[in-house]
Amino acid sequence: MFRWIVLRDLTLAWRRRADVLSTLFFFVIVVSLFPLGIGPETQLLRSIAPGVVWVAALLASMLSLSRVFANDYQDGTLEQMLVSPQPLYLVVMGKVLAQWLVSEVPLVLIAPLIGVQFDLAPKTLLILFVSLLIGTPVLSLIGSIGAALTLGLRGGGVLIALLILPLYIPVLIFGAGAVEASIMGTSPQANVYILGALLAVSLVFAPWATSAALRISLE
Amino acid sequence: MLEVRNLECVRGDRRLFRDLTFSLTPGTFLQLTGPNGSGKTSLLRIICGLMAPEKGEIRWQGANIRSLGEEYSTAFTYLGHRNAVKEELTALENLRISTGLSGFDLSRDQALAALGQVGLARRENLPARLLSEGQRRRSALARLITCNTTLWILDEVLASLDSAAVGLVKSLIEGHLSKGGMAIVATHQELKLSAGSFQRLALAS
Repeated sequence: MFRWIVLRDLTLAWRRRADVLSTLFFFVIVVSLFPLGIGPETQLLRSIAPGVVWVAALLASMLSLSRVFANDYQDGTLEQMLVSPQPLYLVVMGKVLAQWLVSEVPLVLIAPLIGVQFDLAPKTLLILFVSLLIGTPVLSLIGSIGAALTLGLRGGGVLIALLILPLYIPVLIFGAGAVEASIMGTSPQANVYILGALLAVSLVFAPWATSAALRISLE
Repeated sequence: MLEVRNLECVRGDRRLFRDLTFSLTPGTFLQLTGPNGSGKTSLLRIICGLMAPEKGEIRWQGANIRSLGEEYSTAFTYLGHRNAVKEELTALENLRISTGLSGFDLSRDQALAALGQVGLARRENLPARLLSEGQRRRSALARLITCNTTLWILDEVLASLDSAAVGLVKSLIEGHLSKGGMAIVATHQELKLSAGSFQRLALAS
């Protein structure tokens, strides 16, 4: 059943490709604006790179999050999911996994490429990739809580940003911290481990909180 | 058997109904009537477990639905105001996914047969956004055929259906009742059924 939900969301995303591509392009453009604006000062670029890439990833994930449940809510599918015999926890996990695969993975894959603009060393690019790979599922999981809470509200897109961005701060600090440590020549291990811990915690609690929020939103 | 006991529903600061008690035995059709805003949809959503009642309880086969969980959700099919039909998916994909979600296996041939029965033959592979409102409703109705449930909870099921489709809904419900099923239908139109026993519940505004 879990597989069905993921496949369904992937099919839907494929038939609505423009939405997915817009998130990716947003990320690429925001990150690219900085080197263009600052000019060829490699020292400065290298020191701002971790923060810029991570902040752009955070904002890009906000763009796609508001859509996770909104469409299913509007056409009544979400209601059907709630009355179905499937555990809501699994439904939420399936939808979040699909959202991550569709909106975050392309961004993780392209990050090392655009990291080159900041004159990052290959080893640092690898750390950037790894930190995003572990950190972006946390963004999706935490973001799904906000998406569920703001369902059906007017101006939900802005509200979701206000609710969720503060919760993203730990991910931002340790994600950017890992890349920064690698630039400084120290070990990024500690930061990566903490990101892993954040992922483990949010994997357990976020779908549960999202399920509760969905039940409230649909009442 | 479905029992509703002393149900009370409050929306905002308005009490929609109180002390509502009725029961539904196999082979019974319950028509729910009442003016707009009298709480028909709320009652149906409470029976589905989507909404919590202010007071009272719903019992299915003698047990409270809150304690039943999965056992209850495989026993009923709910069709709400909104069709739960995805515009990007074809009628066939929609039916197979929604049936799978309800916990029933459905082969491609069974799905095609069900769609044929609701009058969507040769339109199975069109994206639902190209279907008319009535056709989308029909493709939602196909779920009643493919999900083998005892209790049907249908909200304004006749809206935007033509007379042929109204006849189809009637025959589906008759077949369901004669097999010992139950149906709760909120509708303003009269449904004259030739099978099962008939009950009417009118909610006051």
